Amino acid sequence: MEYFLQQAINGLTLGAVYGLIAIGYTMVYGIIGMINFAHGEVYMIGSFIAVILLALLGAWGFPPSLAILLIVLLAAIPFTSAFGWAIERVAYRPLRGSFRLAPLISAIGMSIFLQNLVQFLQGARNKPVPTALPGGFTLMEAASGFTVQVRWLQIVVVAMTVILMVGLTLLIQRTSFGRAQRACEQDMKMAMLLGIDVNATIARTFVLGAALAGIAGVMVAYYYNVVHFYDGFLAGLKAFTAAVLGGIGSVPGAMLGGLLIGLIEALWSAYFSIEYKDVAVFSVLVLVLIFRPTGILGRPEIEKV
Amino acid sequence: MNQPLLAVRDLTMRFGGLVAVDRVSFDVAGGAITAVIGPNGAGKTTLFNCLTGFYRPSAGSMTLVADGHRYALERMQGHRINAQARVARTFQNIRLFAGMTVLENLMIAQHGRLMRASGYTFLGLIGWPGYRRAEADAVERARYWLGRMNLEDRADDLAGQLPYGAQRRLEIARALCTQPALLCLDEPAAGLNPRESAELNELLLFIRREHGVGILLIEHDMSVVMGISDHIVVLDYGRKIADGTPAEVRADPAVIRAYLGEDEEQGAA
Amino acid sequence: MSPLHAVRDAAIAAFVALAVALPIVGVRTVDTGAVLGVDFRLDWVAAIVATVFLGRLCVLLWMGRRERAPRQAGMLETTALGWLALIGRFLAYGIMGFALILPMMSFADRYVVDTATQVLIYVMLGWGLNVVVGLAGLLDLGYVAFYAVGAYSYALLAQNFGLNFWQCLPLAGLFAAFFGILLGFPVLRLRGDYLAIVTLGFGEMIRIILNNWASFTGGPNGLTSIPRPSFFGLEFSRSAPEGEQTFHQFFGLEYSTLHRLVFMYYLILILAFLTSWAVGRMRKLPVGRAWEALREDEIACQSLGINRTMTKLTAFAIGASFGGFAGSFFATRQGFISPESFTFIESATILAIVVLGGMGSQVGVVLAATVLVLLPEVFRDLAHYRMMVFGLAMVLIMIWRPKGFIGARVPSIRLADFRRPAA
Repeated sequence: MEYFLQQAINGLTLGAVYGLIAIGYTMVYGIIGMINFAHGEVYMIGSFIAVILLALLGAWGFPPSLAILLIVLLAAIPFTSAFGWAIERVAYRPLRGSFRLAPLISAIGMSIFLQNLVQFLQGARNKPVPTALPGGFTLMEAASGFTVQVRWLQIVVVAMTVILMVGLTLLIQRTSFGRAQRACEQDMKMAMLLGIDVNATIARTFVLGAALAGIAGVMVAYYYNVVHFYDGFLAGLKAFTAAVLGGIGSVPGAMLGGLLIGLIEALWSAYFSIEYKDVAVFSVLVLVLIFRPTGILGRPEIEKV
Repeated sequence: MNQPLLAVRDLTMRFGGLVAVDRVSFDVAGGAITAVIGPNGAGKTTLFNCLTGFYRPSAGSMTLVADGHRYALERMQGHRINAQARVARTFQNIRLFAGMTVLENLMIAQHGRLMRASGYTFLGLIGWPGYRRAEADAVERARYWLGRMNLEDRADDLAGQLPYGAQRRLEIARALCTQPALLCLDEPAAGLNPRESAELNELLLFIRREHGVGILLIEHDMSVVMGISDHIVVLDYGRKIADGTPAEVRADPAVIRAYLGEDEEQGAA
Repeated sequence: MSPLHAVRDAAIAAFVALAVALPIVGVRTVDTGAVLGVDFRLDWVAAIVATVFLGRLCVLLWMGRRERAPRQAGMLETTALGWLALIGRFLAYGIMGFALILPMMSFADRYVVDTATQVLIYVMLGWGLNVVVGLAGLLDLGYVAFYAVGAYSYALLAQNFGLNFWQCLPLAGLFAAFFGILLGFPVLRLRGDYLAIVTLGFGEMIRIILNNWASFTGGPNGLTSIPRPSFFGLEFSRSAPEGEQTFHQFFGLEYSTLHRLVFMYYLILILAFLTSWAVGRMRKLPVGRAWEALREDEIACQSLGINRTMTKLTAFAIGASFGGFAGSFFATRQGFISPESFTFIESATILAIVVLGGMGSQVGVVLAATVLVLLPEVFRDLAHYRMMVFGLAMVLIMIWRPKGFIGARVPSIRLADFRRPAA
């Protein structure tokens, strides 16, 4: 039981990160119906920006502390957002309105480009991230002596995710950007006729998604203490799986999907085999899609005849 | 009319709390034109979608008799309704294979027959003569209907590039190439000009006369409905409110009420 | 656009470029023991920002001028389509002829023949995937799985049961098709993009299993000493076992390793021709027309009596079997396979070949495969930039030609070709 609890805590932390990345996929998909393949790379770039900023601050004589961590987190947001904006502007906007697979191929190309760009610029080796917030507290102790530990960082990750989710929900429901975004999702042509700047709305959606992915990247860098240029692919793949699992187009669905994927991964690794954890994740995805083809929170779709 | 081509009994279709079609029963005779009319939202297209297998009805039965077999349409897989029970349809918002040519559209309509002739691809791959003959026959059938529809010189053009009226005609030709026993037309006259509409009347009468195909059509254009229908079914709010010959339906007070609204002023006058 | 607006727009672009480049390009982390050191490259950042500013400015001013010029109508006339088909046919014959005589050319050394073989493998894979993506319109991001199934089934059958290449080839195709059906059956009812992610996941699953099931697949070390095919029983080795002859002995030639390479080249050429013939044929058969119809409108297909699931499944299975054939060829050519050869990047490359070529176009696939295989070869000296250029080229080609190199579709049948039977 204690073991299970420990794994569940680890899984939820991981899941919160997947959820944050998944939101970017789901929002972009909701608005322009494309899989933004390069999104995982934005997350990876977020991790690298954390490494770079921490190294820079270290060189200037600021050792990592909670304050530094938060400063780096905030400072990374404009940089990853710029990536999100630039990717959309360069690789996707020229292809808007052309056939379905063209932007997808462009996105795959972008993903390959960014991955190798970072490898070229920053090197292929693993980058260590200094431990900034060590320790945690013991949640409970079993009779056998097994202790359930919660790391401070896990609390930071989960708290940050909750804050971002609340902020995002308010943004989508209360602001004019949110209204424009939802309108474009429903019917882009009509939104355009009503005077909504569709291009700007799409660009902002990408920026928002990239900001969240960047935050996720920074937090993962702190959490795992190591960063590699190839990290974006698998994380992106799982986050997209999470978005589909939760019901693509649904923001709460993306978070729910992320948490589920994180849990499945952690528990499967703990009880079965760590090698096959990704196989387990995809098998669950297939099963869910067979029995509920639109995902957990996706609106059931009646085929329009 | 001892044995109707299609017998619909107590057909009901619910979407959540909404009852789109409510215990509707009627018959469609073979070799006759039956029209389904009613105000917008009366459940006409839903009825069509049940008949052609796109919706599974919540209750009721639809029995079709073709080639001496009885088919319970409500229990059949979508594609079998066309392939076996020989029910063909057109769509309210035309659904052609827009990126393919007119002739290709008509060849796809003969898929089942050609598929068997090609030995499920294996014989076709080696150029089996039987398949070549079947393909030539299929092209002839397509040519016949293209001629009827005045489309023969457009046969190798993309279907999506035809003018609107021609697309409507092509969709009917495509349905006919499946050699149906029952042809369901969803607002075939929508968007046509008066001349095209009159040509459509001629065409439907020709199909009934020469090919003995039973026709079920949804239509708003009363000149089409009253001019050519043998039998009219009137729906309102998902229920059948009248059923009979054009003359009977025209005189039916319930129909007048549904179309003109429950007009108190008129009642008072 | 007025010059002032253009400057403002270019300034915004330059500002974004600054944000993009500043940390990632401007600062390089250096491994110096326990703590990362930093190294600055601010001159690079300045160069990037300046390039973006000037480039954007030029594009805007140039485009502003062009917008005033009247635009030509872009519709292809039917006659033009006929011409295009004719040119396409000539191009196809030209390419075929060139492929046939390539190894006899004077410049055809080991490297050329080897690279040409590599191109042909991708051509074959492209044609196989074209059935699924180009014709049936099903987005498959895990095509490499079938390639892997083909390669491993050949290697395992040959090693465990001593079957030769020609016996294994059809079996490998069958296995791949079986996997295609296995995957397709549950997921083909899904909407397009769900299908994409499930196939992507399937590709990864196959790779993970190959990597971890060490007792069966050799794990990350892969399978080695996979038997090479023989030329009607003649081996391509320096010396034959007692009582047998090798290829060069039989034909009285000087022993050369080029013999095997050329043989391999012709082998894949034949396989590719067979694929092309079969796919081209199927496109004109009811099954092929049903695939394309499915891509155009599934609902109309169902109303015409076409079984959607079965039709998709045949496309999946047939596409998969071509992947399987190509896989067994790959295994026998390399003599060694490991999961590393079957990563997502392979699937992405094959998909890019299909889309860049122009969906459904066979000649287009040849052109795209040639470009995508040769591109990294040309940039081989710049090892670091290689994949960067590859990714960037994918983006640029897509923007340049969103419909692919050959975007026009040739109809599968023409009324003009069928004479009216004598009345």
